[in-house]
Amino acid sequence: MLSESKCEKIVDMAVDCVERLKLDKSSKSGKSKNVEVEVHISSTNAATSRFANNEMTQNQVQELDSISLRVLANGSQVRLSGQDLSKDGIESLVELAYKTATRLERDPNLLSLPKPDKVKLPRFKRYDEKTADMTADERARAVKKIIETVKKEEAVAAGIVSSLDSVTAMGNSRGIFQFHRQSEIECSITALYGSATGWAKAHATKASQIDVEKLARQAAEKARMGADPQDIAPGRYLTILEPAAVLDLLAFLWWDFAATSHLDELSSLRDKLGQKVFSEKLTVRDDVHYKLQAGAPFDGEGLARQMVSLVENGVFKTIVSGRRAAAQGDFPLTNHGLVEPDSFGEMPLNIVVEGGQTSLEEMTKSVVGQKEAILLTRVWYVREVDPAKKLLTGMTRDGTFVVKNGKISHAVKNLRFNISLFDLLNNIVMLGPECRTAGEEGFPAVVPPMMVKDFNFTEVTRF
Amino acid sequence: MADLESELLETAIKTARKLGASHCDANILRRRSEFIQTKNDRLLALNRDATSGIGIRVLVNGGWGFASTQHLNTQAVAKCARLAVEVAAASSKCLVKPVELVPEPVWNAIWVSPHLIDPEKIDLDSKLERLFTSAETILSVKGITLAQGMLHFLRDEKFFASSEGSCIEQISLRTGCLIEATAAADGDQQRRSYPQSFGQYELAGYEMVERWDLPGHAKQIAEEAVALLTAPECPAGQIDTIIGASQLALQIHESMGHPSELDRALGQEINFAGASFLKPDQLNVLQYGSPLVNLVADATAPGALGSFGFDDEGVQAQKTYLVKDGLFKGFLTSRDTAASIGLARSGGCLRAESWNFAPIIRMTNISLEPGPVGGSLYDLVADTQDGLLMETNKSWSIDSMRYNFQFSTEAAWEIKNGKLGRLLKNPSYSGITPDFWNTCDAIAGPSDYVNWGTPNCGKGQPMQTMWTGHGASPARFRKLTIGAARN
Repeated sequence: MLSESKCEKIVDMAVDCVERLKLDKSSKSGKSKNVEVEVHISSTNAATSRFANNEMTQNQVQELDSISLRVLANGSQVRLSGQDLSKDGIESLVELAYKTATRLERDPNLLSLPKPDKVKLPRFKRYDEKTADMTADERARAVKKIIETVKKEEAVAAGIVSSLDSVTAMGNSRGIFQFHRQSEIECSITALYGSATGWAKAHATKASQIDVEKLARQAAEKARMGADPQDIAPGRYLTILEPAAVLDLLAFLWWDFAATSHLDELSSLRDKLGQKVFSEKLTVRDDVHYKLQAGAPFDGEGLARQMVSLVENGVFKTIVSGRRAAAQGDFPLTNHGLVEPDSFGEMPLNIVVEGGQTSLEEMTKSVVGQKEAILLTRVWYVREVDPAKKLLTGMTRDGTFVVKNGKISHAVKNLRFNISLFDLLNNIVMLGPECRTAGEEGFPAVVPPMMVKDFNFTEVTRF
Repeated sequence: MADLESELLETAIKTARKLGASHCDANILRRRSEFIQTKNDRLLALNRDATSGIGIRVLVNGGWGFASTQHLNTQAVAKCARLAVEVAAASSKCLVKPVELVPEPVWNAIWVSPHLIDPEKIDLDSKLERLFTSAETILSVKGITLAQGMLHFLRDEKFFASSEGSCIEQISLRTGCLIEATAAADGDQQRRSYPQSFGQYELAGYEMVERWDLPGHAKQIAEEAVALLTAPECPAGQIDTIIGASQLALQIHESMGHPSELDRALGQEINFAGASFLKPDQLNVLQYGSPLVNLVADATAPGALGSFGFDDEGVQAQKTYLVKDGLFKGFLTSRDTAASIGLARSGGCLRAESWNFAPIIRMTNISLEPGPVGGSLYDLVADTQDGLLMETNKSWSIDSMRYNFQFSTEAAWEIKNGKLGRLLKNPSYSGITPDFWNTCDAIAGPSDYVNWGTPNCGKGQPMQTMWTGHGASPARFRKLTIGAARN
């Protein structure tokens, strides 16, 4: 893994090279050239053990150190990436970028690189040596535990145990240098009981925060409950969404808060700033400092990510921006820029959806009398059908149940849904406590379980 | 093969064997890429990337291990091989049955993908000119709010060796191009893409960019995007539908390609990508589609994105039938999965995204053979009394067993009495895979056949993105379910 001092040296080498280029060019032309460089460094050590049918099927280790640099010259910019971190390698990358940038037409919207801001960034404790150094034997032991736990429930186990040690560092020729090191562990498990499946997943920065046996039991219990699924007619149902289902639906909304999506007239929230667009029960913020969050405290240009309120009691409060979009669209700067240049521009990457007090169990118990609800463990293959109306389609998966008389009644065959996020988020009935959640469509975030009315199921599949 | 690559591959294999690996194969990859993106009349991104390294895969006591390093020197490669053995030894402690491999001939080969013009020889200004000319045309159409363009070029040099003695060198050039026109007004937004959504990609050089003539199609997509804003909604119901070739390519990808991956059918991908409704006991039994439906896995198709000389475990590229005359005939396989269902040879489908990923079963070119009668899209339309034509994918979703799917396309046209009528917006269709393919009653001939490229197929944990190809002509499906998305 690249250390902080090594990363700093790499940035210095690129900056020195740019300084020499400026001198060379100015001596030839008699004019001082404005050349700038921004350097991003990534160092990762990832390992993933995959298992299925109660045995290990694939086991891999991936290490990669890489550099990506953006050179601004002659009013244009170019980004080049590579793996050669030697002095010669960096110099040749900078020189090639400079040569290419000077051939491009000037971009009148191109901004000079930022100077260090006055905000002192926190150093998050998101690195755990034990997690980062997890060995193949340790992963294999975890896999064995999972398999044994699932087998006790007469089910078959599949899934992954993976660990990651990653360094994200960046700096520029105007004096910014940022460094973030993080460890991560991810465990997801699918249990098969006959043809029924149950699933559980967790993601954390420390291995000690994940109980793989507990996850295995959850997956196996879901699989057992999923046996003999019955047919159900499509329609609009009161629905309880577990956190992973909430996460993988809401993941399609986050970019709509980005300034670039508003500038390009692609956001479903366009012209709605300050309006109540969702249920008053919905409050969302982007907060990299939140205790259950992960990630670096700086954005793609090295500036301190601000905590922003995105939705407050259903009112759309803030458009997140990076410097480029903020300048073009006169948006307040929130430092959410991605690594430039990027067609998406910005993204709130540290989502916290405020929860409520009603646990999943209490939501289930509330379904009494004539009421009937569907409980979703997870959604799958979610895609936008209509981006302007935020109409999404997808399937349920790995545990879809009917709830009545205050408990889970029986499993049903998986359903296709077509639902607008505006409908979903205006139909919130109850929220549970927020928790760190990992799904498969979006990045992990802090979200609560949710009960909503009139969730629109349009078709049924065959299993 | 160059001396350095030979030495490194030999080091990897010798080290692994010495430490107890019963099998070892290793891939060195050197990749260069250039990605150009324009937005309206500006260059949004010019990104160039270079990556190289070696991935070493070993079997120890019947368990797989994989490790990779970017440091292409003998010391680092030997260390990487030791790590692969250590990882495999850990795997072997969690086995029900040791892995077995079906045999493959030993190959000593050099393979170069067919191309006419090396994109690296084309001046940057010429590339940009093509995108800016397209953007200017798109933006000249009143009502357009966004014009985007993309060119993407990749060059791979791969060096493979195995402990069985194979030694293979491959050079592949892949090229992609795209223009998009978006119109937004009154809370609606509509998009048209050319040659297809996400762009057309081929195993080819710059000649494909010239052939697809982006500037020549810019006006049409811009006008259609604007027209869609005020077009009537596509009706719902059970409607005879002609699916355009690029949309059908994605339909093939999702509802034939993925379900026929044997690792999915065996449950190995169930935790993320999902399983499959296809099982080995359905081979030669399941009527997958109508007798017109012939689906092939063809890694030898010239210029198609999923073609290669050899896969990433040294199996030669092949052409095999997955569905013949509508009957389910075969899976996409690797050497270990083929062994597990008693096949004699792998179908050659094991590929990795890059040098630092363990290879998994991937689609090659999964293609629908053109109709035996021939004819064009025009002939299909002329033969349809009352129906729809749907073109260019907009969204796609399918369940984890690959039964229930729903697709929407950027545009549709009504067909009345054998003629194309009004443009319709927001079309979508849905169905169940085998039911759908059994309603296919006409496929256009070779004149309308295109090898479409899908550059973004995701599978595996960690997720790997792969290049796949899908040859297709437009085809007609009777009484397709239209419009369930908007119920």
